[in-house]
Amino acid sequence: MIRSLEELQELAEKKRCDDEACKEELRVCIGSTCLSLGAEAIQKELDSGVKARGLEKRCRVKGVGCNGLCAAGVLVSQVNKASGTEILFESITESDAKALLDAYETGAVLESKRSDTTRAFFTKQKKIVLENAGYIDPDDIEDYIAHQGYAALFDTLTNALPGEVLDEVKLSGLRGRGGGGYPTGLKWESVAKVESEVKYIVCNGDEGDPGAFMDRAIMEADPHRILEGMALAGYACGAEQGYIYVRAEYPMAVEKLNRAIKQARQLGILGRHIADSGFSFDVEVRLGGGAFVCGEATALITSIEGNRGHPRQKPPHLSDSGLWNAPTVLNNVETFANIPPIIRNGGAWYRGFGTEKSPGTKVFALTGQIVNTGLVEVPMGMSLREIIEEIGGGIPDGKKFKAVQTGGPSGGCIPEQHMDTPVDYDSLKSLGSIMGSGGMIVMDEDSSMVEVARFFMEFCQSESCGKCAPCRVGTTELSKILGKFSRKEATARDLDQLRDLCEVVKETSLCGLGQTAPNPVTSTLKYFESEYLDAIRKENA
Amino acid sequence: MSVDTDARFKMVEKTMKKLGYDRSALIESLHTAQETFGYLEPEVLKYIARKLRLPFSKVYGVATFYHFFRLKPKGKHTLVVCMGTACYIKGANKLLDKLEARFGIKAGETTKDDLLSLLTARCVGSCSLAPIAIYDNRPVGKLDEERTLAEAEGMLS
Repeated sequence: MIRSLEELQELAEKKRCDDEACKEELRVCIGSTCLSLGAEAIQKELDSGVKARGLEKRCRVKGVGCNGLCAAGVLVSQVNKASGTEILFESITESDAKALLDAYETGAVLESKRSDTTRAFFTKQKKIVLENAGYIDPDDIEDYIAHQGYAALFDTLTNALPGEVLDEVKLSGLRGRGGGGYPTGLKWESVAKVESEVKYIVCNGDEGDPGAFMDRAIMEADPHRILEGMALAGYACGAEQGYIYVRAEYPMAVEKLNRAIKQARQLGILGRHIADSGFSFDVEVRLGGGAFVCGEATALITSIEGNRGHPRQKPPHLSDSGLWNAPTVLNNVETFANIPPIIRNGGAWYRGFGTEKSPGTKVFALTGQIVNTGLVEVPMGMSLREIIEEIGGGIPDGKKFKAVQTGGPSGGCIPEQHMDTPVDYDSLKSLGSIMGSGGMIVMDEDSSMVEVARFFMEFCQSESCGKCAPCRVGTTELSKILGKFSRKEATARDLDQLRDLCEVVKETSLCGLGQTAPNPVTSTLKYFESEYLDAIRKENA
Repeated sequence: MSVDTDARFKMVEKTMKKLGYDRSALIESLHTAQETFGYLEPEVLKYIARKLRLPFSKVYGVATFYHFFRLKPKGKHTLVVCMGTACYIKGANKLLDKLEARFGIKAGETTKDDLLSLLTARCVGSCSLAPIAIYDNRPVGKLDEERTLAEAEGMLS
């Protein structure tokens, strides 16, 4: 049990000393992507190899969360803790493990697999949320504590009032990372102000956007960070119970979170009277069932209560009546993951990154027709061009860039002429897209924008919960019309109808799913109208 | 299958007990039930309804709302093709067409001999490996048409 900040610091120091006894580490990425490329076997191979060669005194093999460069998995890094140097190897297979150890044993480096870490992919990123990803063992709470983990929580419980936590979060200017961009500090304050015996902190780990895997990586690589963020929210708002709602499709994230919760309870970091203070907090995981609409706040709440995930009219807002009608804070995984560093370093420090209206960093999942697919964290305000061409390495096979889709089914496609737009909540919105949770799908010249619009509309149609007619019927009709365009059987009348219906669905749907469902259509109509016109039958044109 | 003699019901009950037989335990109970039974047969749904004092219609309504729950048994092997955006952009629909043609079933169906269930996923979150499919819990990424079929044949043989 850890009862005070001093005891926490002692444990951190002890763990660091233990670690330093072993000078070097071989870190194997065990993120989902690397795992499916055989990372587990490689880790075993390295581990038994190190032992067989009698190297275990100077070298430890450990599994770590996602490093980000998923395109070059499996990633293994060789770290010398004394000198702080790190050598990254990419595309490692089981058979490379022996060669890697052969070289390592003689003090050499397996140059053929060495990854060039002077590339923009590595140098242009700024890691705050992902600072531990690729460094710590997600299954080991002590490793998190040794990396300043839970220091913010214990320091706060010992030295600060709830109001001071609120002030720091407000000062940081952090905005909700789920896509809405509502200021987190204000959200917390409105819950803190309400008088209520019971309040809840809920973390949205549903990540239903196809093409997005930021939250998955955070949950898998650094689960304790989310718990710490939630506990700090609990302290600031006066809540004692938290829930993390995770998709059942992410079994590994569920496993890591459950293990993290168990470990934290054992050390008294979750539970009654944390750090011998008057504050108690506990967290439970709740499984989602693969319904995109459950990413919507009221639908998520009603799903935790054990119902079909139907959204409801707002107000009342969750801050007044959320989970089981109690005041509730709902933020997504990345938002909570930002909290510990903000409290540790102060809100003013956080404001030093990003732009004035969108401070901090944002994690993006780069996918589609792009060289460096993977996970990146960059300061807000970086241009799309820098993210896609420099960090992402551009389009493969010498093809030309056509558009980037941000925000998933609620977002839009942004064309070449707007590539220099800074990435922040407001700029993307003005282009007819949204920041969303952070999926960025890059499309080359061969992609059909009508097809992309149809793909997303069919997605929304099948994900519509059916509660309100504009969304249920509207998305169905829109899908039908887009089908005509994709078969090149559309008429000029269809185009008018498409525009009208988009407007109706946007303005009259009950929740965010329906209100934003037309975005992929309207944004492609705006920037790629010629593709729609080409799909209109000649005799009707 | 009898509630009294089949130990699998005990597993489901354990989840309900942990959550105090509250009606909010419904989704968690369905997850446990699917894990232990493989799918949600009417007997199991009725059992959950009875234990949580919920109308059967409510339990059925929730079970059919979420994609994750299956009301029909799966085949001996399962092949899940990811249809997320990144996979779609990289031609996942063509892979699915090939598989449907090869095995004569549509996505969501099981072959007559109960050997293979062909399923789709919204997004498995391994977008870097797009297009990706999961062969009996084994994800295989960067697929082309040839490999998609070869892996399927390999799994069934």
